[in-house]
Amino acid sequence: MAILDGKKAIVIGDRDGIPGPAIAECVETAGAEVVFFSTECFV
Amino acid sequence: MSEYAVIKGASYTLAYTPDMIIQDGATQVTERIVNPESEYLKKLPEHIRSYEDVLSYAPNQVYIGNMKPQDLDEIEFPWYDKKAPVNGRWGKCGEIMPQDEFYGLMQISDAFDLVELEAGFAASVKEKLAKHELFTEKHIAVLDKNAKFTEEALQAVVDDGGCGLYSDGKLVGAVKKAHDVDVNLSAHVMLENIANKATSVLSLLHLIKATGINPDEVDYVIDCGEEACGDMNQRGGGNFAKAAAEVAGFMNATGSDVRSFCAAPAHALLSAASLVKAGTFKNVVVTAGGCTAKLGMNGKSHVDKGLPILEDVLAGFSVLISENNGTDPIIRTDIVGKHNVGTGSSPQAVISSLVTDALDRAGLKITDVDKFAAEMQNPDITKPAGAGDVPEANYKMIGALGVKKGDLERKELPEFIVKHGMKGWAPTQGHIPSGAPYLGPCREMIVNGDISRAMIIGKGSLFLGRLTNLFDGVSFVIEANKGESTETSAVSEEEVRGMIANAMKDFAASLLAE
Repeated sequence: MAILDGKKAIVIGDRDGIPGPAIAECVETAGAEVVFFSTECFV
Repeated sequence: MSEYAVIKGASYTLAYTPDMIIQDGATQVTERIVNPESEYLKKLPEHIRSYEDVLSYAPNQVYIGNMKPQDLDEIEFPWYDKKAPVNGRWGKCGEIMPQDEFYGLMQISDAFDLVELEAGFAASVKEKLAKHELFTEKHIAVLDKNAKFTEEALQAVVDDGGCGLYSDGKLVGAVKKAHDVDVNLSAHVMLENIANKATSVLSLLHLIKATGINPDEVDYVIDCGEEACGDMNQRGGGNFAKAAAEVAGFMNATGSDVRSFCAAPAHALLSAASLVKAGTFKNVVVTAGGCTAKLGMNGKSHVDKGLPILEDVLAGFSVLISENNGTDPIIRTDIVGKHNVGTGSSPQAVISSLVTDALDRAGLKITDVDKFAAEMQNPDITKPAGAGDVPEANYKMIGALGVKKGDLERKELPEFIVKHGMKGWAPTQGHIPSGAPYLGPCREMIVNGDISRAMIIGKGSLFLGRLTNLFDGVSFVIEANKGESTETSAVSEEEVRGMIANAMKDFAASLLAE
């Protein structure tokens, strides 16, 4: 059983860190359902 | 025409706009809507720096060319509480303009009588701008139309949907809306666009001075900012480039805009260099103005940590790309990296596509590039806001890929970052930091023989437009000019004639055989 099974995830990535799609992919493989993801920019 | 285009020069300007931080910065505008009584809004004015502090801020002096990027290595970090060894308004290739004069420049840059200044304020600004060596009598005369504007008249403009222009909190001007109902021509949008145009104009005027180019000889201008202009029927119609070129007096130029968020300057420079190399135009200028929305963008973090608001300037830059003159550095339009639709968004994928793939194709190692200029954001601004040291993060990834390729040893990584990287000095004005701030210093370092090759990298956050989740970027290499034709025709005219003759003979022979 994956560590995020049954969880729903909202993913906010950072343009200069880890972008949203990359985090979403990891979270999905850990069993979560990604209900929203985006990447934000602070520069 | 087969020679590479050259970088003839660059200009860099800042406009110190303390009241605009409060009035027009997107973070503050949003806060006034969602939390008008917030502690942040109350504390904010105490954290705004004086003009003198902005002048003696080392990253600003690097930006306008009075200090070299490497001088920042000598100043202990953080920099906001240190005084730079120089603190002049006028830079080697630009200036830091104070707010009152900038409001005057906004009016000079306004073609539709939307900017109004209080009569007494306008008279004082006119006197100051008349002493500015880059403005003509025609420019200054624009300020004569303010005689009838009282503070009450300006307040009436604000009450009718206009945006106020303030000096120390006092209303000294206003920007009118350009349409009764069209949000694309609202006072807020017009203020952003006129401020953007004005900073671009200021940089264009400084470019004329820095390069000595006759403005009549500029053929084409490309704007690479992040604003959009148009009305309800063509929201992004554009051409900030031609609008700014008109005020700067480039009477024989047309132009267009290139947009790709922060990556736009690199795209625009590639386009300019390609247009020149192709022989389409002799002199192409790439220009960009600043962004009022980004004033105080990370202000909440700065105020929380007791720092001054460091995002207090509007930035602009202009670069002249011309035909090969045998001396200025060349833009290698054949050593280009690009982030493709299918590249992916991980930092490793992005840097591979922009750096190592391009260098591999050219048979170059990572260590063959003396300096990389990716995103030169000032870490004084980004670190306290939690965005880290952006240039350093880029250099770490470039170096790590170099280790992976075998271009350098793992233990050489820290030294690589120092030798091939730089500390960031550009204000967080979106497109402004993206490689472009290094073009001026890079040109100088190459001409002086300090370095021989650099790579400019532009990266952009397309996902902010909510049309795609994609990232973007392009890169290119700049090299010392060897003073000779950089490309020779692989086949001479005589050889072509011979080849055609042989082909005709073969064709005739085949016909006879049939």
